[in-house]
Amino acid sequence: MSNYKVFDNLAVSESGFLFSPSTGESFTLNPIANQILHLLKQGETINQIKEKILSEYDIDESSLEKDLDDFINQLINYKIVEEK
Amino acid sequence: MNIAITGLNNVDSPGPGVPVIRGIRESKEFTGKIIGLIYDSLEPGAYMKDVSDINYLIPYPSAGLDNLLERLKFINDKEKIDVIIPTLDSELYGFAKLSSKLEEMGIKTFLPTFDQLNFRAKDKLFDFAVKHNFKVPKNLLATSISDLYKLSDEITFPTVIKGIFYDAYIAHNFEEAVGAFHKISSKWGLPIIIQEFVKGQEYNVAALGDGNGDTVGAVAMKKLYITDKGKAWAGITINDPILIKLSDDIIKALNWKSGCELEFVKDEKSNEYYLLEINPRFPAWVYLAVAAGQNLPAALLNLAISKDQQKFTSYEIGKIFIRYSWDLITDIRKLEEITVKGELING
Repeated sequence: MSNYKVFDNLAVSESGFLFSPSTGESFTLNPIANQILHLLKQGETINQIKEKILSEYDIDESSLEKDLDDFINQLINYKIVEEK
Repeated sequence: MNIAITGLNNVDSPGPGVPVIRGIRESKEFTGKIIGLIYDSLEPGAYMKDVSDINYLIPYPSAGLDNLLERLKFINDKEKIDVIIPTLDSELYGFAKLSSKLEEMGIKTFLPTFDQLNFRAKDKLFDFAVKHNFKVPKNLLATSISDLYKLSDEITFPTVIKGIFYDAYIAHNFEEAVGAFHKISSKWGLPIIIQEFVKGQEYNVAALGDGNGDTVGAVAMKKLYITDKGKAWAGITINDPILIKLSDDIIKALNWKSGCELEFVKDEKSNEYYLLEINPRFPAWVYLAVAAGQNLPAALLNLAISKDQQKFTSYEIGKIFIRYSWDLITDIRKLEEITVKGELING
Protein backbone atom coordinates (compact mmCIF):
# COMPACT_ATOMS: atom_id res chain seq x y z
CA MET A 1 0.00 0.00 0.00
CA SER A 2 1.35 3.48 -0.89
CA ASN A 3 1.96 6.20 1.65
CA TYR A 4 0.54 9.71 1.55
CA LYS A 5 1.49 13.24 2.43
CA VAL A 6 -1.01 15.88 3.55
CA PHE A 7 -0.56 19.19 1.73
CA ASP A 8 1.42 21.51 4.03
CA ASN A 9 -0.95 24.47 4.14
CA LEU A 10 -4.01 22.51 5.20
CA ALA A 11 -5.67 23.58 8.44
CA VAL A 12 -7.48 20.89 10.45
CA SER A 13 -9.17 21.79 13.71
CA GLU A 14 -9.66 19.38 16.60
CA SER A 15 -13.37 19.22 15.80
CA GLY A 16 -12.58 17.81 12.36
CA PHE A 17 -13.26 20.98 10.37
CA LEU A 18 -10.83 21.10 7.52
CA PHE A 19 -10.00 24.22 5.51
CA SER A 20 -7.76 24.44 2.49
CA PRO A 21 -6.44 28.04 2.41
CA SER A 22 -5.30 27.75 -1.19
CA THR A 23 -8.61 26.57 -2.65
CA GLY A 24 -11.04 27.97 -0.07
CA GLU A 25 -12.76 24.61 0.27
CA SER A 26 -13.87 23.27 3.62
CA PHE A 27 -14.93 19.80 4.78
CA THR A 28 -16.10 18.14 7.96
CA LEU A 29 -14.58 14.87 9.07
CA ASN A 30 -16.11 12.31 11.39
CA PRO A 31 -14.00 11.44 14.46
CA ILE A 32 -12.23 8.46 12.88
CA ALA A 33 -11.57 10.31 9.61
CA ASN A 34 -10.23 13.20 11.70
CA GLN A 35 -7.94 10.84 13.61
CA ILE A 36 -6.64 9.29 10.38
CA LEU A 37 -5.93 12.68 8.83
CA HIS A 38 -4.08 13.83 11.96
CA LEU A 39 -2.01 10.64 11.84
CA LEU A 40 -1.24 11.28 8.15
CA LYS A 41 -0.23 14.84 9.06
CA GLN A 42 2.15 13.45 11.65
CA GLY A 43 3.79 11.44 8.88
CA GLU A 44 2.53 7.98 9.88
CA THR A 45 2.43 5.32 7.18
CA ILE A 46 -0.76 3.59 6.08
CA ASN A 47 0.38 0.38 7.80
CA GLN A 48 1.02 2.22 11.07
CA ILE A 49 -2.42 3.84 10.83
CA LYS A 50 -4.03 0.48 10.12
CA GLU A 51 -2.43 -1.09 13.17
CA LYS A 52 -3.52 1.79 15.38
CA ILE A 53 -7.14 1.68 14.21
CA LEU A 54 -7.31 -2.11 14.52
CA SER A 55 -6.04 -1.95 18.09
CA GLU A 56 -8.46 0.82 19.08
CA TYR A 57 -11.68 -0.16 17.31
CA ASP A 58 -13.70 -3.30 16.88
CA ILE A 59 -13.28 -3.74 13.11
CA ASP A 60 -11.96 -6.56 10.94
CA GLU A 61 -8.91 -5.98 8.78
CA SER A 62 -10.55 -6.37 5.37
CA SER A 63 -13.38 -3.93 6.20
CA LEU A 64 -10.84 -1.40 7.49
CA GLU A 65 -8.69 -1.75 4.37
CA LYS A 66 -11.71 -1.16 2.15
CA ASP A 67 -12.88 1.90 4.14
CA LEU A 68 -9.36 3.30 4.40
CA ASP A 69 -8.81 2.89 0.69
CA ASP A 70 -12.10 4.63 -0.01
CA PHE A 71 -11.25 7.51 2.36
CA ILE A 72 -7.74 7.99 0.96
CA ASN A 73 -9.15 8.14 -2.57
CA GLN A 74 -11.58 10.86 -1.48
CA LEU A 75 -8.69 12.82 0.07
CA ILE A 76 -6.71 12.52 -3.16
CA ASN A 77 -9.72 13.57 -5.21
CA TYR A 78 -10.21 16.70 -3.09
CA LYS A 79 -6.46 17.42 -3.27
CA ILE A 80 -6.01 17.10 0.48
CA VAL A 81 -3.26 14.47 0.27
CA GLU A 82 -0.90 13.25 -2.41
CA GLU A 83 1.11 10.08 -2.82
CA LYS A 84 4.60 10.30 -1.31
CA MET B 1 -13.03 66.21 2.00
CA ASN B 2 -16.14 65.68 -0.13
CA ILE B 3 -16.28 62.41 -2.05
CA ALA B 4 -18.97 61.64 -4.64
CA ILE B 5 -19.64 57.97 -5.32
CA THR B 6 -21.97 56.13 -7.71
CA GLY B 7 -23.35 52.58 -7.62
CA LEU B 8 -25.66 52.79 -4.61
CA ASN B 9 -27.97 50.24 -6.23
CA ASN B 10 -27.61 47.77 -3.39
CA VAL B 11 -30.03 45.27 -4.96
CA ASP B 12 -29.85 41.54 -5.80
CA SER B 13 -27.04 42.25 -8.23
CA PRO B 14 -25.50 45.03 -6.20
CA GLY B 15 -23.35 47.93 -7.31
CA PRO B 16 -20.06 48.47 -5.46
CA GLY B 17 -20.93 51.96 -4.16
CA VAL B 18 -22.08 50.97 -0.67
CA PRO B 19 -19.05 48.77 0.18
CA VAL B 20 -16.68 51.38 -1.30
CA ILE B 21 -18.24 54.00 1.00
CA ARG B 22 -18.08 51.57 3.92
CA GLY B 23 -14.34 51.13 3.34
CA ILE B 24 -13.67 54.86 3.03
CA ARG B 25 -15.66 55.64 6.16
CA GLU B 26 -13.65 53.05 8.10
CA SER B 27 -10.36 54.65 7.12
CA LYS B 28 -8.91 56.58 10.06
CA GLU B 29 -7.64 59.23 7.65
CA PHE B 30 -11.06 60.10 6.27
CA THR B 31 -13.08 63.01 7.51
CA GLY B 32 -15.67 64.61 5.30
CA LYS B 33 -18.84 64.17 3.42
CA ILE B 34 -20.02 61.34 1.17
CA ILE B 35 -22.21 62.40 -1.72
CA GLY B 36 -24.20 59.62 -3.36
CA LEU B 37 -24.75 59.99 -7.11
CA ILE B 38 -27.75 57.89 -8.04
CA TYR B 39 -29.49 57.04 -11.29
CA ASP B 40 -32.75 55.89 -9.76
CA SER B 41 -34.73 57.41 -6.94
CA LEU B 42 -35.04 54.00 -5.26
CA GLU B 43 -31.35 53.08 -5.06
CA PRO B 44 -31.21 51.60 -1.55
CA GLY B 45 -27.82 53.10 -0.63
CA ALA B 46 -29.39 56.56 -0.69
CA TYR B 47 -31.73 55.54 2.14
CA MET B 48 -29.36 53.38 4.18
CA LYS B 49 -27.99 54.65 7.47
CA ASP B 50 -24.32 55.68 7.67
CA VAL B 51 -23.73 55.32 3.94
CA SER B 52 -24.07 58.65 2.11
CA ASP B 53 -24.68 62.05 3.74
CA ILE B 54 -26.56 63.47 0.77
CA ASN B 55 -27.65 62.07 -2.59
CA TYR B 56 -28.26 63.57 -6.00
CA LEU B 57 -29.97 62.08 -9.02
CA ILE B 58 -27.77 62.09 -12.11
CA PRO B 59 -28.80 61.29 -15.71
CA TYR B 60 -28.25 57.82 -17.17
CA PRO B 61 -25.24 57.49 -19.51
CA SER B 62 -27.68 57.13 -22.43
CA ALA B 63 -28.76 60.78 -21.89
CA GLY B 64 -25.32 61.91 -23.10
CA LEU B 65 -22.20 63.25 -21.48
CA ASP B 66 -23.20 66.93 -21.79
CA ASN B 67 -26.21 66.32 -19.57
CA LEU B 68 -24.09 64.46 -17.06
CA LEU B 69 -21.47 67.24 -17.00
CA GLU B 70 -24.13 69.91 -16.51
CA ARG B 71 -25.58 68.00 -13.60
CA LEU B 72 -22.15 67.46 -12.05
CA LYS B 73 -21.42 71.21 -12.37
CA PHE B 74 -24.64 71.95 -10.51
CA ILE B 75 -23.82 69.45 -7.75
CA ASN B 76 -20.23 70.70 -7.53
CA ASP B 77 -21.39 74.30 -7.07
CA LYS B 78 -23.34 73.19 -4.02
CA GLU B 79 -21.05 70.55 -2.59
CA LYS B 80 -17.48 71.40 -3.71
CA ILE B 81 -16.61 67.83 -4.68
CA ASP B 82 -12.95 66.85 -4.18
CA VAL B 83 -13.04 63.36 -5.70
CA ILE B 84 -15.52 61.36 -7.80
CA ILE B 85 -15.36 57.56 -7.65
CA PRO B 86 -17.60 56.00 -10.33
CA THR B 87 -18.14 52.31 -9.62
CA LEU B 88 -20.31 50.99 -12.47
CA ASP B 89 -19.02 49.39 -15.67
CA SER B 90 -21.42 51.18 -17.98
CA GLU B 91 -20.55 54.70 -16.80
CA LEU B 92 -16.75 54.38 -16.78
CA TYR B 93 -16.17 55.29 -20.43
CA GLY B 94 -18.17 58.47 -19.88
CA PHE B 95 -16.36 59.46 -16.71
CA ALA B 96 -12.98 58.64 -18.30
CA LYS B 97 -13.90 60.99 -21.16
CA LEU B 98 -14.93 63.72 -18.71
CA SER B 99 -11.92 63.36 -16.38
CA SER B 100 -10.01 66.38 -17.73
CA LYS B 101 -13.12 68.57 -17.53
CA LEU B 102 -13.71 67.36 -13.99
CA GLU B 103 -10.09 68.15 -13.15
CA GLU B 104 -10.67 71.73 -14.40
CA MET B 105 -13.60 71.90 -11.99
CA GLY B 106 -11.25 70.87 -9.15
CA ILE B 107 -12.55 67.30 -9.04
CA LYS B 108 -10.00 64.48 -8.93
CA THR B 109 -10.57 60.96 -10.25
CA PHE B 110 -8.48 57.80 -10.36
CA LEU B 111 -9.71 56.16 -13.52
CA PRO B 112 -8.33 53.84 -16.18
CA THR B 113 -7.53 55.36 -19.55
CA PHE B 114 -9.75 54.80 -22.55
CA ASP B 115 -7.20 52.33 -23.99
CA GLN B 116 -7.02 50.38 -20.75
CA LEU B 117 -10.80 50.13 -20.67
CA ASN B 118 -10.81 48.91 -24.25
CA PHE B 119 -8.05 46.29 -23.92
CA ARG B 120 -9.92 44.49 -21.12
CA ALA B 121 -13.39 44.87 -22.64
CA LYS B 122 -15.25 41.56 -22.85
CA ASP B 123 -15.04 41.47 -26.65
CA LYS B 124 -11.26 42.20 -26.62
CA LEU B 125 -10.21 40.16 -23.58
CA PHE B 126 -9.33 37.07 -25.59
CA ASP B 127 -6.85 38.95 -27.82
CA PHE B 128 -5.33 40.72 -24.81
CA ALA B 129 -4.88 37.44 -22.91
CA VAL B 130 -3.40 35.58 -25.88
CA LYS B 131 -0.96 38.44 -26.55
CA HIS B 132 0.32 38.30 -22.97
CA ASN B 133 0.19 34.50 -22.59
CA PHE B 134 -2.58 34.38 -20.02
CA LYS B 135 -4.84 31.33 -20.21
CA VAL B 136 -8.30 32.34 -21.40
CA PRO B 137 -11.37 30.43 -22.65
CA LYS B 138 -11.89 30.57 -26.41
CA ASN B 139 -14.09 33.40 -27.54
CA LEU B 140 -16.40 34.05 -30.48
CA LEU B 141 -18.30 37.26 -31.17
CA ALA B 142 -21.76 37.62 -32.68
CA THR B 143 -22.92 41.04 -33.81
CA SER B 144 -26.25 39.74 -35.10
CA ILE B 145 -28.44 36.67 -34.74
CA SER B 146 -27.37 35.53 -38.22
CA ASP B 147 -23.75 35.61 -36.95
CA LEU B 148 -24.78 33.23 -34.22
CA TYR B 149 -26.31 30.85 -36.77
CA LYS B 150 -23.16 31.07 -38.90
CA LEU B 151 -21.05 30.17 -35.87
CA SER B 152 -23.21 27.18 -34.91
CA ASP B 153 -20.67 24.60 -36.15
CA GLU B 154 -17.87 26.20 -34.15
CA ILE B 155 -19.71 26.25 -30.82
CA THR B 156 -19.31 23.32 -28.45
CA PHE B 157 -21.83 22.90 -25.64
CA PRO B 158 -22.22 23.80 -22.87
CA THR B 159 -21.10 27.31 -23.75
CA VAL B 160 -21.36 30.69 -22.04
CA ILE B 161 -23.35 33.48 -23.71
CA LYS B 162 -22.34 36.90 -22.37
CA GLY B 163 -23.38 40.52 -22.76
CA ILE B 164 -20.87 43.25 -23.50
CA PHE B 165 -21.41 44.87 -20.06
CA TYR B 166 -23.53 42.54 -17.95
CA ASP B 167 -25.29 39.20 -17.87
CA ALA B 168 -24.20 35.69 -18.77
CA TYR B 169 -26.02 32.43 -19.33
CA ILE B 170 -24.82 28.88 -19.74
CA ALA B 171 -26.40 27.38 -22.86
CA HIS B 172 -26.53 23.60 -23.19
CA ASN B 173 -27.69 23.53 -26.80
CA PHE B 174 -28.11 25.87 -29.76
CA GLU B 175 -31.75 26.70 -28.93
CA GLU B 176 -30.72 27.87 -25.47
CA ALA B 177 -27.93 29.90 -27.02
CA VAL B 178 -30.43 31.66 -29.31
CA GLY B 179 -32.71 32.36 -26.32
CA ALA B 180 -29.82 33.79 -24.30
CA PHE B 181 -28.70 35.88 -27.31
CA HIS B 182 -32.12 37.55 -27.54
CA LYS B 183 -32.43 38.04 -23.79
CA ILE B 184 -29.04 39.72 -23.45
CA SER B 185 -28.99 41.70 -26.69
CA SER B 186 -32.40 43.27 -26.00
CA LYS B 187 -31.12 44.52 -22.65
CA TRP B 188 -27.43 45.30 -23.17
CA GLY B 189 -27.00 45.52 -26.94
CA LEU B 190 -24.39 43.93 -29.20
CA PRO B 191 -21.98 42.24 -29.69
CA ILE B 192 -22.70 39.05 -27.78
CA ILE B 193 -19.74 37.02 -26.57
CA ILE B 194 -19.78 33.24 -26.91
CA GLN B 195 -17.22 31.95 -24.48
CA GLU B 196 -15.91 28.41 -24.11
CA PHE B 197 -17.21 26.82 -20.89
CA VAL B 198 -14.37 25.82 -18.57
CA LYS B 199 -15.51 23.52 -15.77
CA GLY B 200 -14.11 24.29 -12.36
CA GLN B 201 -14.33 26.42 -9.24
CA GLU B 202 -14.59 30.19 -9.59
CA TYR B 203 -12.12 32.54 -7.95
CA ASN B 204 -12.12 36.33 -8.00
CA VAL B 205 -9.50 38.92 -7.09
CA ALA B 206 -10.24 42.47 -5.97
CA ALA B 207 -7.24 44.63 -6.78
CA LEU B 208 -5.96 48.16 -7.16
CA GLY B 209 -3.44 49.16 -9.82
CA ASP B 210 -1.38 52.34 -9.51
CA GLY B 211 -1.32 53.09 -13.25
CA ASN B 212 2.41 52.45 -13.49
CA GLY B 213 2.24 48.68 -13.64
CA ASP B 214 2.28 48.01 -9.90
CA THR B 215 -0.40 46.39 -7.81
CA VAL B 216 -1.13 48.36 -4.64
CA GLY B 217 -3.18 45.54 -3.16
CA ALA B 218 -4.95 42.34 -4.19
CA VAL B 219 -7.22 39.98 -2.28
CA ALA B 220 -8.33 36.60 -3.65
CA MET B 221 -11.74 35.14 -2.86
CA LYS B 222 -13.44 31.85 -3.60
CA LYS B 223 -17.15 32.05 -4.20
CA LEU B 224 -18.92 29.87 -1.65
CA TYR B 225 -22.47 30.54 -2.77
CA ILE B 226 -23.49 31.70 -6.22
CA THR B 227 -26.88 33.17 -7.08
CA ASP B 228 -28.81 32.28 -10.22
CA LYS B 229 -27.36 35.49 -11.71
CA GLY B 230 -23.86 34.14 -11.09
CA LYS B 231 -23.15 36.64 -8.30
CA ALA B 232 -21.23 35.62 -5.21
CA TRP B 233 -23.58 35.67 -2.22
CA ALA B 234 -20.91 34.34 0.11
CA GLY B 235 -17.18 34.06 -0.30
CA ILE B 236 -13.95 33.37 1.58
CA THR B 237 -10.49 34.87 1.31
CA ILE B 238 -7.92 32.36 0.15
CA ASN B 239 -4.16 32.18 -0.05
CA ASP B 240 -2.88 31.16 -3.43
CA PRO B 241 0.38 32.87 -4.39
CA ILE B 242 -0.05 31.63 -7.99
CA LEU B 243 -3.36 33.50 -8.30
CA ILE B 244 -1.98 36.70 -6.75
CA LYS B 245 1.10 36.57 -9.00
CA LEU B 246 -1.15 36.06 -12.03
CA SER B 247 -3.24 39.09 -10.98
CA ASP B 248 -0.09 41.19 -10.56
CA ASP B 249 1.04 40.15 -14.05
CA ILE B 250 -2.31 41.11 -15.58
CA ILE B 251 -2.29 44.51 -13.87
CA LYS B 252 1.28 45.04 -15.10
CA ALA B 253 0.37 44.06 -18.66
CA LEU B 254 -2.45 46.63 -18.64
CA ASN B 255 -0.66 49.27 -16.52
CA TRP B 256 -4.02 49.26 -14.84
CA LYS B 257 -5.01 52.43 -13.05
CA SER B 258 -7.93 52.16 -10.60
CA GLY B 259 -9.76 49.37 -8.82
CA CYS B 260 -10.67 46.18 -10.63
CA GLU B 261 -12.03 42.70 -10.24
CA LEU B 262 -10.33 39.81 -11.98
CA GLU B 263 -12.48 36.74 -12.49
CA PHE B 264 -10.97 33.29 -12.94
CA VAL B 265 -12.04 29.69 -13.20
CA LYS B 266 -9.65 26.94 -12.09
CA ASP B 267 -9.87 24.22 -14.70
CA GLU B 268 -10.82 20.95 -13.01
CA LYS B 269 -8.57 18.91 -15.28
CA SER B 270 -5.41 20.97 -15.58
CA ASN B 271 -5.72 22.88 -12.27
CA GLU B 272 -4.77 26.05 -14.16
CA TYR B 273 -6.46 29.42 -13.80
CA TYR B 274 -8.33 30.75 -16.83
CA LEU B 275 -9.05 34.47 -16.98
CA LEU B 276 -12.78 35.00 -17.49
CA GLU B 277 -13.16 38.75 -17.09
CA ILE B 278 -11.45 41.93 -16.02
CA ASN B 279 -14.07 44.21 -14.52
CA PRO B 280 -12.89 47.82 -14.54
CA ARG B 281 -14.04 48.68 -11.03
CA PHE B 282 -14.06 47.22 -7.54
CA PRO B 283 -16.43 44.29 -7.03
CA ALA B 284 -19.52 44.52 -4.83
CA TRP B 285 -17.69 42.22 -2.37
CA VAL B 286 -14.77 44.66 -1.96
CA TYR B 287 -15.61 45.16 1.72
CA LEU B 288 -14.30 41.61 2.30
CA ALA B 289 -10.88 42.93 1.22
CA VAL B 290 -11.23 45.78 3.72
CA ALA B 291 -12.20 43.34 6.49
CA ALA B 292 -9.27 41.10 5.58
CA GLY B 293 -6.83 43.98 6.02
CA GLN B 294 -6.59 45.72 2.65
CA ASN B 295 -8.70 48.87 2.55
CA LEU B 296 -8.53 49.15 -1.23
CA PRO B 297 -11.25 51.87 -1.54
CA ALA B 298 -9.42 54.12 0.94
CA ALA B 299 -6.16 53.41 -0.90
CA LEU B 300 -7.77 54.45 -4.21
CA LEU B 301 -8.88 57.68 -2.57
CA ASN B 302 -5.31 58.35 -1.40
CA LEU B 303 -4.00 57.77 -4.93
CA ALA B 304 -6.67 60.09 -6.37
CA ILE B 305 -5.50 62.95 -4.14
CA SER B 306 -1.81 62.07 -4.75
CA LYS B 307 -1.26 61.05 -1.16
CA ASP B 308 1.39 58.46 -0.33
CA GLN B 309 -0.02 54.95 -0.36
CA GLN B 310 1.99 51.97 0.85
CA LYS B 311 1.55 48.66 -0.96
CA PHE B 312 -0.38 45.99 0.90
CA THR B 313 1.63 42.79 1.25
CA SER B 314 -0.72 40.41 3.04
CA TYR B 315 -4.28 39.84 4.18
CA GLU B 316 -6.17 37.58 6.52
CA ILE B 317 -7.03 34.16 5.10
CA GLY B 318 -10.36 32.48 5.87
CA LYS B 319 -12.41 35.70 6.23
CA ILE B 320 -15.94 35.14 5.01
CA PHE B 321 -18.62 37.48 3.73
CA ILE B 322 -22.27 36.48 3.61
CA ARG B 323 -24.56 38.91 1.84
CA TYR B 324 -28.09 39.40 3.04
CA SER B 325 -31.13 41.41 2.15
CA TRP B 326 -33.04 43.59 4.57
CA ASP B 327 -36.27 45.47 4.10
CA LEU B 328 -35.52 49.10 4.85
CA ILE B 329 -38.59 51.08 5.84
CA THR B 330 -38.72 54.72 4.85
CA ASP B 331 -41.27 57.45 4.34
CA ILE B 332 -43.04 58.71 1.22
CA ARG B 333 -41.61 62.19 1.97
CA LYS B 334 -38.10 60.91 1.25
CA LEU B 335 -39.15 59.50 -2.09
CA GLU B 336 -40.88 62.80 -2.82
CA GLU B 337 -37.72 64.74 -1.95
CA ILE B 338 -35.47 62.79 -4.29
CA THR B 339 -38.04 62.55 -7.08
CA VAL B 340 -39.10 66.20 -7.11
CA LYS B 341 -35.89 67.98 -6.05
CA GLY B 342 -33.40 65.38 -7.24
CA GLU B 343 -31.69 65.59 -3.84
CA LEU B 344 -32.03 63.66 -0.63
CA ILE B 345 -30.33 64.38 2.68
CA ASN B 346 -29.74 61.14 4.52
CA GLY B 347 -30.72 60.56 8.14
